Order: sequence, then structure tokens, then C-alpha cells
Amino acid sequence: MNLALRDIRHRLGRFVLTCVGLALLLGVVLSMIGIYRGIVADALQLVRLADADLWVVEGGTQGPFAESSRIPKDTRETVARLQGVAEAGVLTFQTAEASHGPRKIRLYVVGYEIGRLGGPAQLLAGRAIARSHYEMVVDVRSGIPLGARVRLGAKDFTVVGLTQGRVDSGGNPVAYLTLKDAQELQFELEAAAARNQAARGLEANLNQVNAVVARLHPGVAAESVAATVRRWKHLGAVTQQEQENLLVSSVVDRARKQIGMFTATLLLVSAVVIALIIYTMTMDKMREIATLKLIGAPDRTIVGLIVQQSLALGGIGFALGAALIFLGADFFPRRVILLPGDAAALGAVVIAVCLLASLMGVRYALKIDPAQALGG
Amino acid sequence: MEALVQLRGLAKHYGEGTTRVDALRGLDLDIHAGQVVGLLGPSGSGKSTLLNLVGAIVEPSAGWMRLDDEVVYDGKWTRRDLRRLRLEKIGFIFQFHNLIPFLSVSENVEVVLDLVGQGRPQAQARARELLDYLEVGEHADRRPSQLSGGQAQRVAIARALANRPRIILADEPTAALDSERAGIVMDLLRKVAVEQSAAVIVVTHDEKIFDRFDAMHVLRDGRLTA
Ligand SMILES: Nc1ncnc2c1ncn2[C@@H]1O[C@H](COP(=O)(O)OP(=O)(O)OP(=O)(O)O)[C@@H](O)[C@H]1O
Ligand SMILES: [Mg+2]
Repeated sequence: MNLALRDIRHRLGRFVLTCVGLALLLGVVLSMIGIYRGIVADALQLVRLADADLWVVEGGTQGPFAESSRIPKDTRETVARLQGVAEAGVLTFQTAEASHGPRKIRLYVVGYEIGRLGGPAQLLAGRAIARSHYEMVVDVRSGIPLGARVRLGAKDFTVVGLTQGRVDSGGNPVAYLTLKDAQELQFELEAAAARNQAARGLEANLNQVNAVVARLHPGVAAESVAATVRRWKHLGAVTQQEQENLLVSSVVDRARKQIGMFTATLLLVSAVVIALIIYTMTMDKMREIATLKLIGAPDRTIVGLIVQQSLALGGIGFALGAALIFLGADFFPRRVILLPGDAAALGAVVIAVCLLASLMGVRYALKIDPAQALGG
Repeated sequence: MEALVQLRGLAKHYGEGTTRVDALRGLDLDIHAGQVVGLLGPSGSGKSTLLNLVGAIVEPSAGWMRLDDEVVYDGKWTRRDLRRLRLEKIGFIFQFHNLIPFLSVSENVEVVLDLVGQGRPQAQARARELLDYLEVGEHADRRPSQLSGGQAQRVAIARALANRPRIILADEPTAALDSERAGIVMDLLRKVAVEQSAAVIVVTHDEKIFDRFDAMHVLRDGRLTA
């Protein structure tokens, strides 16, 4: 006879309510993990956006995603002529606020030269930028439809193509402009931000880019080309692999720390909730437990009653929470990636937490004296 | 004939030093199978303590007891042995019937049989038989909270009898019942004592049932008188 189940049925309302509360907690934990996975995936997609083998950046810097880097635009020609380099392109990066109708959207603007390396590789819809001015390819995450007109700075751009899964580490959708448009936008924005420092002028600006990207011939070691570039003054080089590692260790490590802390805190809260609920459920059953002991029930039966209830609470809470997040993942403002392995790991942690949390109740139950059943 | 329950020099005190209370002070008593005995005495005289000792709920400070060929409390008994003894040999009936609220009436009886490892169908059949016998069979699927005091008491008796115990201990079983119902309960206990050759010990203040006992023992200050 399963006593745990019968007791739960007897107080179903309270049990279900507790399960729902726990489900929300565990759902948040799971979405945290999913958001973390999303950040990692977004970050990797961002560094892979140029489809490059090598990044040439300002000397002493770690590339455009880690810190600001400025190099002369004509570096591209020098890099393109290097032994082993198949093609090279220039890129600029900046964040800018765009308006689409009444809506304001922060975009991560990437400038590239038409026909050269660095443009959007695969398009979800539409076409690549064909004209040297006022066309834009933007990520679907922006919610901006094909053919829409978007205002960036003082100019209007027409969306001619859409990409998918390209956002920066803050979750802002990527927008591609021609290098010229992007540089003009940058000048415009900088001038507005610091009008008195604008002496540098548009010309200076037009000669600067944030990075040169290069694709190598098959079989050429990126590291050896990078070593050559590093010998030049004022220039640094980062291989694609290094770039990815760098991003993972900078952006992603921070996210992992923050989200890890949240997750740990929430798990702790869940443990306390389960422990308290199980403890009070056990206290409420003091007399029944004493009676069971009196009629000769072994400790095993009593412990089973409590542990099973604890596991049921955690199990149902977790299943509900997981279902909630799996169904609701698409409604999150950020990318949430739910891996079955992550869910399984959390499930295992929840089971461990339940066992741990039931200890307090079990200790209390084992101390109950069968004679307590006799008191009035 | 050897007594089913033998108590020798049984003593129990609670606490130590200035707070020490001597609840039982060395008690010898024999109860035979088939007997229904009454235990009387003023409040605090040690009646419940004696019942708890015989019921293997509380361990004595001194003395020993023999229950149905087993010498209990000879120093070697563990908590687990006492629990098994309670499960297999002893049936309890309390004034507060202590039914388990989250089990149905039938399950309250079945649970004892489940604990000794009987299968569900047998346990159900036995519970049904006992509940019918005690005239509460039609309430088998109800919750204890839906029963009257008398009905609940009879369910508690059914539970006490489920394992065919050799010793039945009842603490004030008729206190909450009118004299007719009290008479029925006493008849029933006698029937069980005879049919199962069990010993029944009833603690009571209830004068209406004084004439139902084979023997009456009076406790005063932890000692048997008369
Ligand atoms: N758990 C305990 N701790 C300390 N003292 C106890 C305990 N149980 C009983 N006593 C004391 O032992 C003595 C005998 O108590 P017991 O309950 O056996 O009396 P009783 O005859 O059943 O009384 P009543 O008729 O009121 O039920 C009393 O003085 C009581 O205060
Ligand atoms: Mg008493």
C-alpha cells in the first residue's frame, strides 16, 4: 500500500500548489541555463559571421569583439598579397539605434565592402546588398520585414535581405551596411556624441576600419600567417580559433559566472522550499506516523513515505517547469537553447536536492515515539 | 496452565533525581489466554504505563515480561524486535481511535496486513470480513473523518484484530460510547479472547462494564492492590 500517494491525494490542493510554485522556480533555473547556452551560441555565430581564417587587428588588441581596434583601411591590400591568403576584406563594427516606423531597435552594424570577404554568407530571404548606398541586410530577430525602410542616423535604408541567428553578445540583431554607409554612420554618430572632438574629420574616418579578415588557401596554417602579420608594426593578428576561444573566455565566462550564481541561488531556494514543505508535511503527520510505528510499521515504511513525497514534489515540479520552458522558449526576448542533456542534469540535481531536503523531515519522523500516538 | 502474559518485578520510572517519578514499582502479574481482565486505579496510578510496557511501546527500568513464550526485555531486545512484536502479537485499541485520516476505513485495517506482507486481495477480504463483523462494512470506502465516534472506535477494533494478535490492549475503549455500545464492544472483546485464545487487558474507569471482566486488578501508586 503506497502511503505517500494516499496522503498526497488527501491534501491534493496544497500539494499541487506547492508543485506549481516549484515548477516556476525550476523553470526559471532551466531558462537560465538555456539563456546561457543561447549566449554561447550567439557569440560563436557572431565571430563566425565573417567566415574568415584570420583576423588582422590593431597591434596589442584582441580583436574587435573584445576591445576597440582601429587599423588603416589599406592594410587589406597588404594582407591580400601575403603568401597563403586567398582573399581579404575589411570590416567595421558599431552599435546604433535604428527606427523602423515608431519602433526603436538597437542594431549591431557591420560594414563590409561589396564583393569582398565579410558580408553575410547565407541569407534567409532576399538578396545581398547590391548598391553602394542605402541598402541593408538585417537579422530576422530585429522583426524588421523585407522591403521595410529603416532610419539609421540621418539616412533611410531599405532592407533587401534577412539573415538568421546573427546577434551580438548583448542580443542585438546584426545589420549589414556597405563599408561607406557604415563609416558615414559612425562619423555622424561620433560627431553627435562629441561635436567638439570631431576635428578628426570624415576623411580620417574613411581611412580607418576595425579589422581586416582573411581567408587562407586550403592547407595553409593560420598561425604561420598570423606570425608574419604580427611582425609588422601597429598590427596584431588573431586566428579564427583564437578569436572564438577569446570570445568564449570573455563574454561567455562572465555570463557563466552570473548565470551560474543565479542558478545556484535558485536551486538553494528550491531546496529550502522543498525541505520546509516536507518538514511541515511531516510535522502535520506526527500523530499518524506515531500510530504507524505503534502498530509495528518499520522505519523503512516511514522514511519511504517522506522520501517518496519529497521526490514526487521535486519530480512533478521539475516536469511541469521543464514543460513550461520547452513550450515557452520561443517567447523569450533572448535565444534560449534547451539541451536534453542540460534538462537531464538539472533533473538529477533536483533529485539529489529532494533527497537532501527530506533529511530534516526524516530525522524528525524517526524521532517520533510510538507512545505519542496515545496522548490525548 | 502457563500464563500467556507473565510480568515479574516490572518497574518503570520517568526522569531522575528530584524529577524522578516512579510510575510502576515492581509488579508481578499473570494473565491467561482467553481471559478479559480489567485494570483500574486513580489517575496517575500507572495504568497506561503498564499497558505501554506490555504493549512493547515503553521499556521497563527493571523486571521482565514473558509474552507467548518470548521473554521480552531481557536486555537483548532491540527497537526492531519490539516493533515486530507489536506488529505480530499485539493489537491496540485507544480511547482516541487513532485512525489514519488519509486512508479509507478499509485501508486503515488493510495497512496492518500489508505490513506483515499479505497480498492486497487477502488483506481486502480480511478487512471486509472484520468490518462486516463489527457492522461498519458499509462504510469501508469512507474516510475516518466521515464516521461517528462509535463507528470509528469499531474500525479501530477491526484494525487491532486484523493480525489475529495474542494480546489485545485497550485503553478506555468505551469512554466515548453509550452503555449499549459499550456492552457490544465488551462482548466482542470476550468473543475474540475465547475464539483466538487471546489475552485482553482493558484499562477503564467505566463502571458500566465492571461486571464484564474475569478478573479486576487495581493499581495504586504504581503497585497492585487487592
Ligand atoms: N512520559 C512520561 N514522562 C514522565 N512522567 C510520566 C510519563 N508518563 C507517565 N508519567 C507519570 O507516571 C505516572 C503514571 O502515569 P500513567 O499515565 O501510567 O497513569 P494512569 O494511571 O494511566 O492515569 P490516567 O488515569 O490519568 O490515565 C504519573 O505520575 C505520570 O505523571
Ligand atoms: Mg492513562
